[in-house]
Amino acid sequence: MDSNILEIKNLKVYFPVKGGLLPKAVGFVKAVDGIDLTIKRGETLGLVGESGCGKSTTGRAILRLIEPNEGNVLFEGIDILKLNKIGLKPLRKKMQLIFQDPYASLNPRMTVGDALNEVLYVHKLGNQNERKKRTIELLEMVGLTKGYLSRYPHEFSGGQRQRVVIARALAVNPKLIICDEPVSALDVSIQAQIINLMEELQKDLKLTYLFIAHDLSVVKHISDRVAVMYLGRIVEAAGKEELFDNPRHPYTQALLSAIPVSNPDSKRQRIILEGDMPSPVNPPGGCRFHTRCHRAKDICSKSEPETKMLGGGHTVACHFA
Amino acid sequence: MAEELLEVKDLRTVFYSDGEAIPAVDGVSFGLKKGETLGIVGESGSGKSVTSLSIMRLIPSPPGKVVGGSILFKGQDLLEKTDSDMRKIRGNNISMIFQEPMTSLNPVYTIGKQISETLMLHQNLSKKEATDRAVEMLKLVKIPLPDKRIKQYPHQLSGGMRQRVMIAMALSCRPELLIADEPTTALDVTIQAQILEIIKELKEKTGTAVILITHDLGVVAEIADNVLVMYCGRAVEYSSVRNIFFNPRHPYTSGLLNSIPRVEGPKKKLQAIKGVVPSPNQITKGCRFKTRCDYVHKRCMDEEPPLLEVGQSLVRCWRYCGGGECDG
Repeated sequence: MDSNILEIKNLKVYFPVKGGLLPKAVGFVKAVDGIDLTIKRGETLGLVGESGCGKSTTGRAILRLIEPNEGNVLFEGIDILKLNKIGLKPLRKKMQLIFQDPYASLNPRMTVGDALNEVLYVHKLGNQNERKKRTIELLEMVGLTKGYLSRYPHEFSGGQRQRVVIARALAVNPKLIICDEPVSALDVSIQAQIINLMEELQKDLKLTYLFIAHDLSVVKHISDRVAVMYLGRIVEAAGKEELFDNPRHPYTQALLSAIPVSNPDSKRQRIILEGDMPSPVNPPGGCRFHTRCHRAKDICSKSEPETKMLGGGHTVACHFA
Repeated sequence: MAEELLEVKDLRTVFYSDGEAIPAVDGVSFGLKKGETLGIVGESGSGKSVTSLSIMRLIPSPPGKVVGGSILFKGQDLLEKTDSDMRKIRGNNISMIFQEPMTSLNPVYTIGKQISETLMLHQNLSKKEATDRAVEMLKLVKIPLPDKRIKQYPHQLSGGMRQRVMIAMALSCRPELLIADEPTTALDVTIQAQILEIIKELKEKTGTAVILITHDLGVVAEIADNVLVMYCGRAVEYSSVRNIFFNPRHPYTSGLLNSIPRVEGPKKKLQAIKGVVPSPNQITKGCRFKTRCDYVHKRCMDEEPPLLEVGQSLVRCWRYCGGGECDG
């Protein structure tokens, strides 16, 4: 059996920038600009990068919540981007999404029971009794009890709400879950509860995660492999240990050195990046990172580095790596 | 012992809701010397922001009110100052950086005007002098092309740059105390590293004392000298930063440390603290952490422990009664 559950090839998502008297596209925000990614069955792929690098757009484009402009997304060998609405629906059951903000992603007027039931109803899973049973089962799976069924989202704490959102994603027995910053809105002690829950569920239900986050220590904890994104491109990808111990791209090195370490005696040398990320409307020519890179030479502003294979699944796009 | 710049004693701030007084900060004491950095850590609802707002006398009243304690700043009680005196102190002697730079900058004024306003008001500078100082301040926080930037509006700046403008504004009058309430929470790690570097550098240059409020223990480890851990309006542990990280005494402190994923070292299962933070009026007697504590005893249920001196730390836990460990 094919070991890759998802293969992304040359995915591009552009948003038009409108201007002028009769609004027409005067430019494009190149949010995702030609990325290749594969996710193996049962693994967790971490996708990291600063805000605005296109990581959330990637997640949504995979599910076609945003229509990509170009590329292929193969889920178990089927190109999702070629399917029409009806063809897509059975695949929706296999891929689910968990959003960052559990406050915004639950309908405040629906009880938790109704919210879970609706998913099952839309996908025509079971009759009324079976659905009821399933919603209770789902709540118990995420550490809540059936007493919560008739409650509204405002009666829950942030952590509990995120549990409900996870239960809703699990309702249709998905294979792949795209988690878009699932823990960044939570307090640290609650964050640990949710991370542990997600790890247990992955083991029990053999789930595959695409874990999008900006918190590198969380990503290191949960992922098997990590891909680093900068301005719409993947600049480096490798196994977790390899990436954190032996980062080759200067951007990855800077990102890693910027993580605050919970050790007051740590005497780490910091690479402080100057300035902010450039605008994705007019990304810098050549290597996109050369404007902030401490190792940039002439060649970096002229030609764009190819993605090199370093062996062991470690890929990097830098002239000097 | 060097003189304390700020001494907060037994601070109590309550919020009135439905005729009930809900204590948000309940008997918190700490001190801060010149040039020192104090980190206040805790989860949402622990009262850390209310503590800082109380020091600034910015608690919205009603519904909130500081009902007890004293806040001595250079020997004078801030709680006894009149509003107009406070206005002279705020921004001049004590200034504050807030978490969300977009909501704390005025969108309809240029940033140059906003920085120079403080200077003209507190330091009696002319408009020209104030503008020059504003440019200087922007240079200090490493904003490129400061002459151009002062004519721009907040929406033209990125998040990291706005936060730097906030810092420039807060430091423009060379305050003796800077209160930073989650200054880097809304920012990316690379920008966070820039901002922390700037705060560290400025602290060394100007000798400003800093109170840093955060939930990120990593940030505290980087920058603080002393740490106050708060839980449900109470100080539960108060000690030096090395003691907190290498020898945490309170179960909540060690719980917090164990629940953050580490970048260094091999992967360990995260030890989450069970349950959730109770609301301040939920626990009326006993230790406030009793619902989530692994070491809970009979004594914890009924009697709240005082802050006990253990080694060089102050810890609010019955496990340390009598100086050594004992079972309640």
